[in-house]
Amino acid sequence: MKIVIMGCGRVGTELATLLDREGQEVTILDIDPDAFDQLPTDFKGKRVVGNGIDQDVLRRIGLEEVDAFVAVTPGDNRNVMASQIAKHIFGVPKVVCRIFDPIREELYHNLGLETISPTREVAQLLKKALEREPGGED
Amino acid sequence: MYIIIVGGGKVGYYLAKQLVEDGNEVLVIEKDAAKCQEIADELGDIVLRGDGCEGITLESAGTGRADLFIAVTGDDEDNLVACQVAKNKFSVRRTVALINNPKNEAVFKSLGIDTAISSTALILANIEQELPSHPLIPLLTIKGGGLEIVEAKVPSYSAMVGKRVGELLLPQQCLITVIIDEEGVPRIPNSDTVVRAGDEVVAVCRCESEDALRAVLTTPAEETNER
Repeated sequence: MKIVIMGCGRVGTELATLLDREGQEVTILDIDPDAFDQLPTDFKGKRVVGNGIDQDVLRRIGLEEVDAFVAVTPGDNRNVMASQIAKHIFGVPKVVCRIFDPIREELYHNLGLETISPTREVAQLLKKALEREPGGED
Repeated sequence: MYIIIVGGGKVGYYLAKQLVEDGNEVLVIEKDAAKCQEIADELGDIVLRGDGCEGITLESAGTGRADLFIAVTGDDEDNLVACQVAKNKFSVRRTVALINNPKNEAVFKSLGIDTAISSTALILANIEQELPSHPLIPLLTIKGGGLEIVEAKVPSYSAMVGKRVGELLLPQQCLITVIIDEEGVPRIPNSDTVVRAGDEVVAVCRCESEDALRAVLTTPAEETNER
């Protein structure tokens, strides 16, 4: 699978590494050239410096041809905009968008975007952890 | 009309000022406290400090009853999301977004924004329209004298082409001072210098005779013959 990841922070780096080790064809995009420093030295994917909300950048990396696009920059709005461009302009079949703000996440989920709100998910995980007996693993 | 403006920078400020003067109810939403204070000092109590993309902020701004929602922050992605939240969560009928990258115009339209305005595209459209019909470029206005120095390229269709400078019917108090040919060689013309198509002409003229000079430059050859 050809996968584009926008945002090379902690999550982007982790995801890119996992997919690369699985043998997927990964392109990772970030506006900061220093962001790629955290990638492992044996990372075989492509590193591209550029803005993911700029159609020209997305066209240059061949977004029409990719199977999946994941937006994990720190900016909710940037993720939302890039994901909508990927889905509606370039017709990428699988688009996943991270949105921290649960309210915005709900809205864009209702508008047909596949979204993940770490805020909501982590809060639920923490709540579950608190409800477990101390010392109990599951 | 109740108008919400997201972004209290220069565009937002002057937009709000004008819309208030025109008798509208205006609310500016701005993140930065200092900018909020400036707007409040100048325009009164029409600012809400907050993120115009947040549902909670837009709720307390009464976005549901807004007739018009305008997003003019410096970031295209923020303007897009603010308008989409206003439209889809608060059913605002008309949303207007400022865009920086002119290529985003089509994206914004296809994502449901009613009007996307690109200042870059507007400037481009203006110069593209104006350059061919107004070849006169003011270079310098001479202080106090009402004179200016202008530059123009002689169009190939101009009646001036092939004429000697002495033959030209220039406006009063207008002097052609330099002619730069297509190779870029400048000459100080005398009355026998012949004007060629593509020459750059630098002239001193009275500010009010700019139009007359433009007419001399751009009148097509056939039209003068008929007269």
